[in-house]
Amino acid sequence: MAKEMREPIETGCPDPFQYMHPMMRRNFGMWDYHEHPRPGVLLHVAKNGDKMWTIKAGTQRILDVFTLRKLCQIADDYSDGFIRFTIRSNPEFFVTEESRVQPLIEKLEGEGFWVGGTQNSVTTLSHTQGWLHCDIPGTDASGVVKSMMDELIDEFREANMPNRVHITTSCCQINCGGQGDIAINVQHTKPPKINHDLVANVCERPSVVARCPVAAIRPAMVNGKPSLEVDEKKCICCGACFPPCPPMQINDAEHTKLSIWVGGNHSNARGKPTFQKLVASGIPNNPPRWPEATAIVKRILKAYKEGAKDWERINEWVERIGWPRFFEEVELPFTKYHIDNWRGARKSLNSSTYIRF
Amino acid sequence: MATNKYPTPMLDQLEEGPWPSFITGIKRLRDEHPDQRINDVTASLLGQLEHSYETRKGYWKGGTVSVYGYGGGIIPRFSEVGAAFPESKEFHTLRVQPPAGNHYSTGMLRQLADSWEKWGSGLVTFHGQTGNIMFIGTTTENTQHFFDEINDYGWDLGGAGPCVRTAMSCVGAARCEMSCTNEQKAHRLLVNNFTDDVHRPALPYKFKFKVSGCPNDCQNAVERADFAVIGTWRDDMKVDQEAVKGYLDTKGRQYIIDNVITRCPTNAISLNDDDTIAVNNKDCVRCMHCLNVMPKALKVGDDKGVTILIGGKRTLKIGDLMGTVVVPFKKLETEEDWESIVELAEEIIDFWAENALEHERCGEMIERVGLVNFLEGIEVEVDPNMVSHPRECSYVRMDGWDEEAVKWFDRQAEAS
Repeated sequence: MAKEMREPIETGCPDPFQYMHPMMRRNFGMWDYHEHPRPGVLLHVAKNGDKMWTIKAGTQRILDVFTLRKLCQIADDYSDGFIRFTIRSNPEFFVTEESRVQPLIEKLEGEGFWVGGTQNSVTTLSHTQGWLHCDIPGTDASGVVKSMMDELIDEFREANMPNRVHITTSCCQINCGGQGDIAINVQHTKPPKINHDLVANVCERPSVVARCPVAAIRPAMVNGKPSLEVDEKKCICCGACFPPCPPMQINDAEHTKLSIWVGGNHSNARGKPTFQKLVASGIPNNPPRWPEATAIVKRILKAYKEGAKDWERINEWVERIGWPRFFEEVELPFTKYHIDNWRGARKSLNSSTYIRF
Repeated sequence: MATNKYPTPMLDQLEEGPWPSFITGIKRLRDEHPDQRINDVTASLLGQLEHSYETRKGYWKGGTVSVYGYGGGIIPRFSEVGAAFPESKEFHTLRVQPPAGNHYSTGMLRQLADSWEKWGSGLVTFHGQTGNIMFIGTTTENTQHFFDEINDYGWDLGGAGPCVRTAMSCVGAARCEMSCTNEQKAHRLLVNNFTDDVHRPALPYKFKFKVSGCPNDCQNAVERADFAVIGTWRDDMKVDQEAVKGYLDTKGRQYIIDNVITRCPTNAISLNDDDTIAVNNKDCVRCMHCLNVMPKALKVGDDKGVTILIGGKRTLKIGDLMGTVVVPFKKLETEEDWESIVELAEEIIDFWAENALEHERCGEMIERVGLVNFLEGIEVEVDPNMVSHPRECSYVRMDGWDEEAVKWFDRQAEAS
C-alpha cells in the first residue's frame, strides 16, 4: 500500500516582482534611455532620474551549488542581493551608485567571472546539453563552449566588433541551440546503423516511419523479426529517426561531423530576421577542445571585424560583400552542398545578373 | 567508503584556459561537498562523460518519470553504461519554470540550492534553451522529494514532451526603455492559462510562447516560438531634437548619416540642413535601428501594443520556420484586451490540436494546410501585413472573388 502522495500546487510561472531589484520595481515601464559606459556594463536612466548600472558576467552555465552560492555572495556583498540571468545564461548584477561598479567588476573578475558580453561584443555562446545530459547528442555542448570561450575571451571582454555577435552550438541537427550569427552544429554524414534485434521491442514503428523528413524508412522483416529499413539512397542522415527509435544509431565517432553556419539574426533592426546559412562542414568532432571548429570561427570573426561596417551583423556584411568574396576571405571551399535542394530552394538561387567582379 | 574517482584525462584539459570551467565545478562537488552521495554521483557522472569524450558517443536514454499528479516536466535519463558508472545510473533533470524575466533574489537562489543539494546532484543551469531552470541529475525517487519541497515554496515544473512548454520573456519594462508592452504579464497570463497543458502532455507536439518587448526581439520569439508576442507601436516615434544635436556634436555628421540615415530599411528618416531630423512615420517599419543607435534622442511612441506571429520553430521536421504575422497590431491595455489574447491562444491551440499530425508543430501544420485555411479555422480575417507580397502564381481557383472583395470593403468601413 503506497503512502498518500502529496498533490502538486499548480502555480505555473512565478510572479517576478517578488524577486526583482527594487529600482526595477519602482521604475517598471518608466525607463528613459540607456548608455554603455564600458564593455560589460549598461547604464539605464529612468524618467525620474534614477540610475541603475547592470554588470554582466560570464559563467560556465553548468553551475555547481558552490559556484551558485559564490555568485549569490558576490551579489550580497557588492550589489544589492539580486541577480538576473540573460537568455545566454549570463548573470547580471545591479548597483545604483556609480562608485560601486568598479569594485564589483574587480570582485567578479578576481573570482574568474569575466565581465563583458554587452553591445558589440561576442557574447557567451548559447548551448544545449550534449553528452552531459542529452539522450541523442552527437557531441558535447559545455566542452565546446568552454573551449571556444577560452579563445574568444578578448572578444567577450572588449566590445570592438562591428555589431553584436551571437554564437550558438547544437549537438544534433534538430538545432535546439537556435539561430546565430555563427552556429556550430552537428552534421551526420552516414545513415543510421540499425540494431534489428531491438527495433520491434523499443520503437513504435509507424511513428518512426512518419518522422522521416524524406520518407526513406519503411517497415521490414529482418532475420524473422519485425524491424525497419532505410533506403540509403534517399536518406539525408538527419538523425530524426534516432530519438523515437534509439536502435537506429545515428551518432558515429568518425562520421558525425560539425558544420558551421552564419547569418542567423532574430532582430528586425535594419532588415527582416534571417536564418543562418551553411558555410563549412566536414569539421572533425574532436574532443576535448575541438580546435578545428574554433579555428574556422576565429577566421570568420577576423574577416567580419576587418570588413564589416559599424552596426552590420554578419548576415548584413555578407549580403553587402557577396558570398563569393565571403568564401574567399574566410578561405573556405564552396561546394555543391552549399546549394540548397530542400523545399523552397529556388528562392535562394540568384536569378539576376548581380555578380560582383 | 571512499568515492571512486574515475580517471578523466580528457576532461582535465577543460580545466585549462581563462573561461570558467564546468569540469572544475563538477570536481568540486566530487571532492569537497560534505555529502558523500553527491561526491559519488558527480564522480560517476565525470566517469561517464569521460567515456563519451573517449568514444564520441552519448550514453543517456530517456524513459518515463514524472511526479505525482503530473505527466511531464522531467527529463528522464537512465545510463546505458550504468554498470560501469552505477552511482549516476539514474540522472534525471527537473525543468522548473523561472519567474518571468528571470529575476532572482539571492535568498531564493540559496533556498533552491539548499533543496537541490539535499535531493539532487548539486548541478543546475539558469536556463535551458526552452527557458527552464534545469536541475540536472537526480534519481526517480528523489525527483518527487525535490519537487514536493520546492513546490511548497512557490516553484512549479515546466513542460517536457508534447505539451505547452515553459514560456520566456525579455527583461522588458523592468529595465528597458524600448519596452512596448507588459512582457511579464503577457508571459504569465498566456502560459499560466495552460497550466494543465504544461503538466499533462497531450498535444500533437510542443507549443512555445515567447514575449519580446520590441522588434529587437531579444527572446528570439520570431525564430523559436509557436506563439510570438512582440511589442511595437503605431503612432509616431518620439524625437528629441536637442538630443539629436547632442549625438551630432559627439559623433559627427558623417557618423549619423552613415549609421542612422542611410541604414533605415525604408528610407524613412532624413537629416535636415538645420541638424534636426525628420521621420516619415507612415513609411517606418519599426525596425528599431535608429532607436538603438540614438536611444536618448529617438523613442518608441505612446500608442503601444504587440504584433503576434505564429509558427516559428527549429529544424525538425521540415526545416526551420519563422513565425508568420497573424495579428499585425493588438492593444494590450484593458482587461478585455488581455482576455482576448488568451482567447486567441486557446483558439490556435485548439485548432492545432484538432488538425495537426502527430509530432507536427503549429508552423508545419500551417505550411501543410495553408495560411488561409488556418486563419479561417481560428476565425481571423486576412490582412496584407501577413504577407511579404501577394501571390505570384495564377494557379488558384478564385470564383469567390466578389464576396471576398465585399468583405474587405465592409471591414474597412467598419474600422473607419
